[in-house]
Amino acid sequence: MFKRIIAITTVLAATTTWAQAQEVKVGVNLPYTGIGAEFAQLVDRGMELYLKVNADKVQPYKITLVKRDVKDPSGANAKIAVQELLTQDNVDILAGWIYSPNAIASAPIVTAGKKLAVIMNAGTAHITTMSPYYVRTSFSMWHAGYAMGDAAAKTLNAKTAVVGYTDFPPGKDSLAAFKRSFEANGGKVVDEIPMGGAGAVPDFTPFFQRAKDKKPDVFFVFVPAGDHAAAVVKTFAALGMREAGIKLIGPGDITQDTKLQAMGGAAVGLITMHHYHADLDNPENKRFVEAWKKEYGATSTPDFMAVGGYDGMAAIVHVVQTLKGKVEADKALEALKGWKFNSPRGPIMIDPVTRDIVMNEYLSEVTMKDGRVFQKTIGQIDAVKDACKEQKIGPCAPK
Amino acid sequence: MIFGVDVASMLLGGVAAGMVLFIVSVGLSLTMGLMGFVNLAHGGFAMLGGYVIVQAMNHWGMGFAVALVLGFVITAAVSVVLERLLYSRLYRAAELDQVLLTVGLVFVMIASVTLLLGPENQPLRLPLALQGQIDLGIVKYRTYSIVLIATGLLLAAGLWLAFERTQIGAQIRAAVDNRRMAESLGINIARLFTITFAAGSGLAALGGGLGAEFLGLDPQYPLKYLVYFLIVVAVGGLGRVTGVFYAALLIGVLDFVLKKYLPQGGTAFIYGFTILLLLWRPQGLFGGQAR
Amino acid sequence: MTPAPPSGVLNRPAALVLAGRHRIRLWETVPWTLAIALYVAFPKYLAFGTELLITILFALSLDLVLGYAGIVTLGHAAFFGAGAYTVGILAKQGLWSEPITGLLLAAAMAAAVGLGSGLVLLRTRGLTLLMLTLCTMALLEEAANLAHVYTGGFDGLDSVPITPLFGRFEFNPLYPTTQYLYVLAVLFACFAFVRTLVYSPFGQSLTGIRENLLRMRAVGAPVRTRLVLCYTLSAAIAGIAGGIWAQANAYVNLGTLGLDRAATVLIILALGGHGRLYGAFIGAAAYMSLSHFLSKVYPTGWQLGLGLLLVVIALFANNGILGVVETLAHTLRRRRTGTPASPPGLR
Repeated sequence: MFKRIIAITTVLAATTTWAQAQEVKVGVNLPYTGIGAEFAQLVDRGMELYLKVNADKVQPYKITLVKRDVKDPSGANAKIAVQELLTQDNVDILAGWIYSPNAIASAPIVTAGKKLAVIMNAGTAHITTMSPYYVRTSFSMWHAGYAMGDAAAKTLNAKTAVVGYTDFPPGKDSLAAFKRSFEANGGKVVDEIPMGGAGAVPDFTPFFQRAKDKKPDVFFVFVPAGDHAAAVVKTFAALGMREAGIKLIGPGDITQDTKLQAMGGAAVGLITMHHYHADLDNPENKRFVEAWKKEYGATSTPDFMAVGGYDGMAAIVHVVQTLKGKVEADKALEALKGWKFNSPRGPIMIDPVTRDIVMNEYLSEVTMKDGRVFQKTIGQIDAVKDACKEQKIGPCAPK
Repeated sequence: MIFGVDVASMLLGGVAAGMVLFIVSVGLSLTMGLMGFVNLAHGGFAMLGGYVIVQAMNHWGMGFAVALVLGFVITAAVSVVLERLLYSRLYRAAELDQVLLTVGLVFVMIASVTLLLGPENQPLRLPLALQGQIDLGIVKYRTYSIVLIATGLLLAAGLWLAFERTQIGAQIRAAVDNRRMAESLGINIARLFTITFAAGSGLAALGGGLGAEFLGLDPQYPLKYLVYFLIVVAVGGLGRVTGVFYAALLIGVLDFVLKKYLPQGGTAFIYGFTILLLLWRPQGLFGGQAR
Repeated sequence: MTPAPPSGVLNRPAALVLAGRHRIRLWETVPWTLAIALYVAFPKYLAFGTELLITILFALSLDLVLGYAGIVTLGHAAFFGAGAYTVGILAKQGLWSEPITGLLLAAAMAAAVGLGSGLVLLRTRGLTLLMLTLCTMALLEEAANLAHVYTGGFDGLDSVPITPLFGRFEFNPLYPTTQYLYVLAVLFACFAFVRTLVYSPFGQSLTGIRENLLRMRAVGAPVRTRLVLCYTLSAAIAGIAGGIWAQANAYVNLGTLGLDRAATVLIILALGGHGRLYGAFIGAAAYMSLSHFLSKVYPTGWQLGLGLLLVVIALFANNGILGVVETLAHTLRRRRTGTPASPPGLR
C-alpha cells in the first residue's frame, strides 16, 4: 500500500514537473492601442501565425503568450510592462518592442531581469548594445540605408541625391547610413530635408517641391511605415517628379506591403532596398503569404513587420527546443548566436558577436503585374550585416 | 525656377491645405462660439464621416460626390442623437466636465472604430478624374488640390450666404454675440444649438472625407489633428466663419512656405506664429469681445 | 490693529466651518496608509505604484493652478519635461547626479520656465490661454527635438546615472522599492506644502480670483502677481514630478514634454475633481488603475471601458468623482440627521 502511494506520488510529481517543463511563457509587449496599434497587430499576427503553421515544431512544449499593451512610445509604460512580466508573470522569455524608445528604456530592466529578450521591430542601430540579453530578429535602419547608398551609386548610376527624412532617430539613421555609403562611392548628397515628425502626417508637397527644385538623380526618402508612406507616393506622383527625371528611392518602409495596393499606379517606378516584401520569390515566402491570406483574409498581406514577429517566434521556438523547455538566458543566448533559419525573407542568421540579424537585402522596383501593384526584385545582396556596428560608427562603437 | 511658378505652386498648395482645415474647423468654431462648449470630440465626427465616406466608396460602390453627401447626412444624424442624449445635459456645466465628456466620447469612438474595422488606415481611392495633374496655364498643379480649393470656396460662400442672408443665420450670429439678449428676444436657443451642432459635425465629416487624401484616415485621426483645428479656431476667433476661413488659409500657406524654405524648424514655426498672434490679438483675428 | 468683530459672530455655524477647514481630518490619513499598504502587501506592483505616485504629484501641481487659481492649461507638461530634462542632462553629462539636490535643480529650472511663460501668457484667459500654453509646450518639445545632441531626441536619454539615495539606497530597475519610498516621501512633502498654501491667505485669495476676478480687483488684491506666483509654484512642483520621474526611470524622452502627458493629467484632474486637493489622488488612482488593469485583460479594446467611465462621471456634471462622492455624502447626512448640513461644495 505504502509503496503504491509512493509510486503514484512520484509519477504525479514527475508528470507535473514534466508538464511544467512543457509550458514556456513568453511576455509580449506591443502598442496594442494608440498610434502603433496597426504595427502591433502585424507583429502579433506574425507571431501567432508561426505558432499555428509550425505547431509540430513546437511540440511537445507549449508556448503561452502573455500580452501587454505599452500604449505609446514614451518608455514609461514599456518599463512597467516589462517589469511586471518579469516579476509578476515570471515569463521565461521577453519579446516585442515596436518603438525604439521603448526598447531603449527597457534595457536596464532586461539586463537586471536576466531573460532572453527578442526585439521584433525597433530599428535604432545601437539598441542591441544596450543589453547583453537583446537579440534582434527585425532589422537595423543601417541594413537598408547603407545598402541603398551602394546600390544608388553602382546599380542606378546616380551622382547626386537629395535625402528627405522624418525628423526622428530612424530617419536620421537612414540619412547617415545612405550618405555614408553613397558618398563613399563617389556620389554627393546635395540637400538633406527633415520632413516633420513621426506623429501626424504632414503635407509633403513643400518638401518634395524643394527636392524637385534641386534636380537630383535620385530622391532618397525615409518615412515611417504606415500613413506617411502612402502620402509620400501620392505627393511624388502629384508633383510630376518622375516625369522630371527624378527616381524615388528608399528603404522598404515606403512601399510597405499593407499600403502598396492602395497606392496604385502612382507607385510604379519606385525603387526600394529592403530585407522583405510580400512578392519575394522563394518557396518559404510563398508558403508564408499563402498561410497568412488563409488565416487573415484574402485581401490581407504580410509585410516586413509581420516577418519580424514570425522570425522572432521561430527563434524562440528554436531556443525552447534546444534547451528542452528549460529556458535559461545565458544558454538561450548561446543557442541563438550563429543560429541560421530559412525565413520568408531568405536565409537569416543571428550574428554571434552583435546579436543582431544578418540577412539578404533586395533591390526592388515597383511595377504593375496582372492588374495589381507588384515589387520586382532587380538585385540582391547576400548576408548584409548592420554597417553601423560593423564599422563602429558613433553610438554603435563598443563602450 | 521661374518666380511666378514658384509663388503660384506655394499659394495653391497652402490654400488647398488651408481649405481642408477650414472645412473641418468651422463646425468647431461655431460650436465653441455659439454654445461655449468645448467639444474635443469634433475630430471624432470628422473621422466618423471619413469612415462612412470611404466605406461607401470602397464597399457600397458609390461615387465620390454621393459618398460625401451620405457622410454629411449620417454624421449629422449621429451628432444630433449624441447632442440630445449627452451634450445638452452639460450646457451649463463647468468647462472641465465638458472636457471630460468629450474626451471620453473620443476614446469610445476610437476604440469602437478600432474594434469594428481594425487599426489600419483606410485607403481612399479618388475617382480617376480627380487624380493626376491639371494645366492652369502658369503652372501644372495637382488636380485634387484645385478641386479642394474650389470646393472650399463654394462651401465658404454658401456658409456666408447662410449666415448673412437667412433668418437662422441671423439668429445664430445674434446668439453668438449675446446669448441672453437673443434668448430674451424669443429665439429658441436649444433648437439653434442642435441645428448648429448638426451642421458643424456634418461639415467636419465632409472635411474628414475630403482631407483623407492628405491627412489619411485611421482610428487615431481625432487626436492627431485636434491641435491644428484648435489653433485655427483660436486664431480665427470663436463663432466667426470668416475668421476661421482666413485663419485656415493663413496657417495653410504659412505652413507650406516655412516647410519649403526652413524645413529644419519643423512644426515650431506654426506654434510660434500662433503664440505671437494670440498675444497680439487674444480674441483671434476676427473674434468679438474676449470671453 | 483690526477692530474686534461683533460678539457672537465667531460662534455662528458658518464661521466655525470656515475657521476649521484647514484642520487635519482623520480620513486624510487614508491615502498615505493605502500607499504604505501597497508597499507592504503588493511589492510586485511597485513599478506601477511609483508611476501612480508621480502622476499624483503632477496632477497636484496642476490642481494648484487649475483648481485654485482657475487657470486652464494644456501645457503643464512643459514644466514636467523641463524638470525631467534638467535631471537627465545634468546626470548624463556627468555634472550632477545626486537625487535630492537634483530635484531642487529641476524645480528651479521648471520655476524659471513657469515664471517666464506666466509673465507673458497670464494676461489672457479662456481658449486663448489654453492655446498659448499648448503652443508654448509644443515649442519646447520641438526645441528638445532639435537639440537632440543633448536631449537624445525621440529616442531619449538612456541609462541616466543616479547616485544612490543618501549614498546607500540604490535604485533597482527591476525591484523599485527604493524608488517607491523615495517618491512617496517627496509626494508627502510637496502635498504638505500645497495643503498649507491652499488654506493660507494666499490660497484663499486664489480662490477669490477664480470665483470673481472683478471683485478681487475691486478690493485691491494684486491679482496678476498672485496668479504668476501661483503659476510659478505650480511649475516648480511639476518640475519636481518630472525630475523624480527621470530619476525613478533612469530615462527621459520627448514624451515628458508631449501633449499626451499634458492632456492625460488634465483628464485625470477633471475625473477626480479639481480644487479639492484629493481629486488628484482619486483621479490618478482611478484612471491609471483602470487603464493598467483593463489593458492586461483586454489589450486592444480597454480604451472603450475608460471612455465610458469618463462619460458617465462627466454626466453627473458635479466636478468629477469627488463631487459625486460629496453629493452622496451630503444626501446621506441629510437623510440620517434630518437637519440641513453644511451645503456641499464648501471647501
